[in-house]
Amino acid sequence: MSAKSINRRTFLQVTAIGGGGMLIGLYLRPSLFGQGQQPAVIPVPNSFIRISPDGIVTIISKNPEIGQGVKTSLPMMIADELDVDWKDVRVEQANYDATKYSNQSAGGSTATPQAWNPMRKVGAAARAMLITAAAQTWHVPEGELTTSAGKVIHQKTKRSIGYGKLASVAATLTPPDPEKVSLKDPKDYKIIGTPQHGVDNLTIVTGKPLYGIDFTVPGMLWATFEKCPVFGGKAISANLDAIKAMPGVRHAFVIDGVGTELNGLLSGVAIVADRWWQAKSAREKLQVKWDEGTTASQASLGFAQQAEALAKEKPQRSLRTDGDVSAAFNNAAKVVEAAYSYPFLPHAPLEPQNCTAHFKDGKLEIWAPTQTPAAAMNLVTRTLGLDQKDVTIHLLRTGGGFGRRLNNDYVVEAAAIAKQIGVPVKLLWTRQDDMTHDFYRPAGFHFLKAGVGADGKLIAWRDHFVSFGAGERFNPSAGMNATEFPSRFVPNFAIDVSVMPSGVPTGALRAPGSNGIAFVMQSFIDELAHAAGKDPVEFRYSILDTPPIPLPAPSPGQSPRPTGGLGAPFNAKRMRGVLELVAAKSNWGKRNLPKGTGEGVAFHFSHSGYFAEVAEVSVDASNKLRVNKVWVAGDVGSQIVNPLNAVNQMQGSVIEGMTHLMGEINVKNGRAVEQNFDDFTPLRHSEAPTAIEVHFLTTDFPPTGLGEPALPPLLPAVANAIFAVTEKRIRSLPLSKHGFSWA
Amino acid sequence: MAFNLTVNGKAVTVDVPADMPLLWVIREVLNLPGTKFGCGMSLCGACTVHVNGTATRSCVTTIAEVNGKQITTIEGLAGSTLHPLQKAWMDVDVAQCGYCQAGQLMSAAALLKQHPNPTDAQIDEAMDGNICRCGTYLRIREAIHQAAGSKGRAS
Repeated sequence: MSAKSINRRTFLQVTAIGGGGMLIGLYLRPSLFGQGQQPAVIPVPNSFIRISPDGIVTIISKNPEIGQGVKTSLPMMIADELDVDWKDVRVEQANYDATKYSNQSAGGSTATPQAWNPMRKVGAAARAMLITAAAQTWHVPEGELTTSAGKVIHQKTKRSIGYGKLASVAATLTPPDPEKVSLKDPKDYKIIGTPQHGVDNLTIVTGKPLYGIDFTVPGMLWATFEKCPVFGGKAISANLDAIKAMPGVRHAFVIDGVGTELNGLLSGVAIVADRWWQAKSAREKLQVKWDEGTTASQASLGFAQQAEALAKEKPQRSLRTDGDVSAAFNNAAKVVEAAYSYPFLPHAPLEPQNCTAHFKDGKLEIWAPTQTPAAAMNLVTRTLGLDQKDVTIHLLRTGGGFGRRLNNDYVVEAAAIAKQIGVPVKLLWTRQDDMTHDFYRPAGFHFLKAGVGADGKLIAWRDHFVSFGAGERFNPSAGMNATEFPSRFVPNFAIDVSVMPSGVPTGALRAPGSNGIAFVMQSFIDELAHAAGKDPVEFRYSILDTPPIPLPAPSPGQSPRPTGGLGAPFNAKRMRGVLELVAAKSNWGKRNLPKGTGEGVAFHFSHSGYFAEVAEVSVDASNKLRVNKVWVAGDVGSQIVNPLNAVNQMQGSVIEGMTHLMGEINVKNGRAVEQNFDDFTPLRHSEAPTAIEVHFLTTDFPPTGLGEPALPPLLPAVANAIFAVTEKRIRSLPLSKHGFSWA
Repeated sequence: MAFNLTVNGKAVTVDVPADMPLLWVIREVLNLPGTKFGCGMSLCGACTVHVNGTATRSCVTTIAEVNGKQITTIEGLAGSTLHPLQKAWMDVDVAQCGYCQAGQLMSAAALLKQHPNPTDAQIDEAMDGNICRCGTYLRIREAIHQAAGSKGRAS
């Protein structure tokens, strides 16, 4: 549970709307956050319900929908406590509005934990007000009233009245204090915990306009924007006159770029035409003189060589030290050393980056498929020198996020083009633009050494983590937490860090950090299990059963969350629970698998979620690989909000994990080698496992998010299964570099 | 140049360059945005439409190649009621981000015309050109079997 949502004082406001309806908003007053660090601020309405006289309830979904399902699941929380039929609910997407909504973002699997209490309370408060309105209308005590399916019922007199008819009265009432609003007993949920279909399903299957790319404004022109192939390079000049003479082209100009931030407005050449096809065709004739800059000398291969060199030297700094690691190595019965690494990866959401913008009379209107509208607002106003009050951002459904649209480079590009031309314009990237100008999952290098005792227990561990950054600073998403498992569960333990500079843009990819680190830790633990002569599941139990080194107490005024965004501290019991569950469901170690087939296991904790996975894998003589089946066991607390979508997210996490295993972005001469889906191919239909079994363990913890935490364990589970079949230990990715390909 | 074609049962004439891809004619000239742009190189299948009943990647098909032909886009897949695949897609709750699903549906609809009761192998073959970045493949398979009334392999 987020410290923010627990500590914030909330209050409600209600407004009458035309035609006898009501509008209710939950206001947050962040007065208690961080021991009075923040003074009481202007109230922020957080969510709205609209009840119209015909009883139709419209719930505004404030967060961006990127395929994670919040546009359905957050309104479900409100609707259940409001006690309406889900079929009577309509969902509308909110615009970005910092004066009305808080936390309007999609990322970090945060929507569920942040919304769980506030959304239910807004629904419950509205229900309480409708009961009060009925009590006043009928002159009966509130205690005699109940609700069901959008009606208030007076059992004694067998009367009932629809919410729609009460809305105008309810709109005149003072809302209750949300802290005192009582919530349903979970056993009474009618919507939460039931399978509900995505609210946009009909629009999607009938191809109605929905996504950023579909949005048009009358008189809109289309733009393409060419940037330097080398990251951060600058346009010096271009054959603009020739381009302007091409069919349909209205404008062609160089944008100088602002500042040096890779996620800001970069230099490039904009071509604006009546149609996108014309802009793109003109671009094929574009000749640009670039200043490629210093990144031109950088390459994946060079980074790997530097990492190896750094690993031989004294680490630049220590992230954590427990016990005496060197002494423990001397006492160990077996010592294993291994170098692990993983490559840069792209996000490659299927909808190419795009944004529509219109600048007129000093005001800018933006229609953006983005995960972080607040950051977009900040970037656009800062870069173009505009005031926030003069910029409007509309949120459009996003054809995949995966973390790519946490950065708003394409939004500021569209805004800059719009500002220059003064008519509505949609910037649309090509697939090649997207693949070569991403914020890649950073490559990472781990030089590991560990020892097991004569009793087969893990007694010593050292990781020299080599990453990208400068001094004490890591490049975006290139860091590591000092509490990363098996931290605290090994008596002699050290994480050391060295960093090297890089001009490659990096950022969060689904389950950031964890998506590379889990592969390393859980593969190396598997190596150690074999060295210790233990079953991989039993060996993991023995680590989890070790009494953990206590976390330091938080200093006064500090948030009690020690793990930098990972959520509450690692709870070994919860992890043991899912490991036991997945072992039982997969019948681990007890099945007679045919020759060429094996199983691998792994677990990982991230984004507050506990996940253990078993993969059954077949490998043939020519290293053709097939993941036959995957078992997923997860613990995200007391409640799965929408089980139908939850299973879909888990299966998607497994399939994306397989994509991460086989692909990479190779940086050469400061640019991405891979350009399109022939070079970097997301997993295809025939390559997917035929079954992905999903099991959730219900525990007494507040519900947390499902967008990310099931992805990381998939990679080591498959890699460990490959070892079980081939006795070949995979210590670096992608698998394609080891001669493997999907069967 | 003027080209005549039938799009979702309606005769249309478009005056565009001969090398303009069908995808962009559909999206920008005919204002049917259901057909999606994903890669521009026939690698992802998001742009799949039917040309004379055959699943075709519209991003690499020029308007000149389809002159005089029958085009069906996702907007024309349903008749007076939804296509069984559209119903199954909603019922199974296939979509995550949903961006690829128009192309998936068009490939699946072409498959069912050819094989009303497809096997898993036939589904693999027909659907392999359609990337779903969110990874909804298991549900796509389930929805195709449901729409066809056929049985998938046991899972």
